Amino acid sequence: MTSFSALVRRDIKLAVREGGAIGTALGFFLIVVSLMPLGLGPDLNLLARIAAGILWIALLLAALLSLGRIFETDYEDGALDILATGQLPLELVAAAKSLAHWLTTGIPLALLAPILGILLNLDLKSYPILIATMLVGTPAVSFLGAIGAALTLKARRGGLLLAVIVLPLYIPTLIFGISAVSATAGPGGVGAAFLVLTAISLAAIVLGPIAAAAALRIQFQ
Amino acid sequence: MPLMQTLTQKLANPTRFMELSDRVLPWLLAAAAALLVYGLYLAFFASPADYQQGETVRIMYIHVPCAWLSMMIYALIALSSFGLLVFRHPLADVSAKAAAPIGAAFTFLALFTGSLWGKPMWGTYWVWDARLTSVLILFFLYLGLMALRASLEDEAAAAKLTAVLALVGVTILPIIKFSVEWWNTLHQPSTDFTSTVDPSMRWPLLVMAVGFTVLFFAMHLKAMRNEILRRRVKAMRAQAVAGRDRLAAQAAE
Repeated sequence: MTSFSALVRRDIKLAVREGGAIGTALGFFLIVVSLMPLGLGPDLNLLARIAAGILWIALLLAALLSLGRIFETDYEDGALDILATGQLPLELVAAAKSLAHWLTTGIPLALLAPILGILLNLDLKSYPILIATMLVGTPAVSFLGAIGAALTLKARRGGLLLAVIVLPLYIPTLIFGISAVSATAGPGGVGAAFLVLTAISLAAIVLGPIAAAAALRIQFQ
Repeated sequence: MPLMQTLTQKLANPTRFMELSDRVLPWLLAAAAALLVYGLYLAFFASPADYQQGETVRIMYIHVPCAWLSMMIYALIALSSFGLLVFRHPLADVSAKAAAPIGAAFTFLALFTGSLWGKPMWGTYWVWDARLTSVLILFFLYLGLMALRASLEDEAAAAKLTAVLALVGVTILPIIKFSVEWWNTLHQPSTDFTSTVDPSMRWPLLVMAVGFTVLFFAMHLKAMRNEILRRRVKAMRAQAVAGRDRLAAQAAE
């Protein structure tokens, strides 16, 4: 367990000190969201209606761009080989790296989302549920993304391929993330979508590292 | 199942597989052709038009078999992937690789015919309901499998990585199957085939479904044979190049 937390702390430190790792994702998030009103027209009623969807999609894209960071840099400088031959099972290595990705990307993006909601005239009442769904849904983004990052580690055109592989896996998260927010208007609908979203995240936390570790092992053979 | 086991073990030898498939393939093709001709005749001439949907109900005889195959082929790919990762069956990857483009084609046909059917019935080519969306995700999964395989240099690693992705994607199958029951959607729930479909339509649909399935297995077998031949050619070419290099080295000495 100590090596697990050491690995998480190392990845967080790298993400914070590397410079640009977290900031770029947040900047991308900000720019994509501010492009939307320019493309759709500044009608505030329309924007308020689709704000949750825009925020979720922009969050997925921003997280997607940072997925390469999970394994790629460590693969390039050889650290991943050392981790693979170390004491910690590869599944836990993948889990630690996904967790660090969630802590350094998922949480900052989820916390920035309500501020960007102001730009989109998002209803103030939706703020708590929006933050809650994003905090609950982003683990699925990181842990499912780790599968794609591991699969495309050695691929040519890895970035585009990663999007083609991972975005379909994100669709359930997106659907339930948005329906949890937009169901705020009606009574009772929030709970169900929120619970399903939680279930997706929990399943991703279990299955993601197993699949990612399998993919890594194949490539180290 | 000792019989199944010996069969899959026997087929592990590619030469024996080539012999066996060579003998089976003409029969499969003939059966598929006969079933499809008979089924199409039933679907377009012998079966009645629907009292509500009119002639457009005939789209069903193409749409339903395609939709059924889109899921069955994915299940087959997942099974082959499992066979590759767990049992390291030498033909498992050939099967998974050959099935992916065919599965993508049938999934596309299911979406396409469904959308043609949707226009007269629902008044729109496309709705974002649960069944349609989940089949679209299945189509994306097929594309992802093919893209991942295409972008990796090392064929052995590509095979195993694609297998991992196929097994991850398997979670979508039950979602497609039950989407029409879990969510109240525009796409009708699966009809209880034996009781609610009138016999005059049930029989043509069954013939078409069996015909499409046999057609798929014929195409799959042919594609597997082609893949095995392609690998042999590749191995022989590599051998020839190695032999030439050795001769050149000897001549240089």
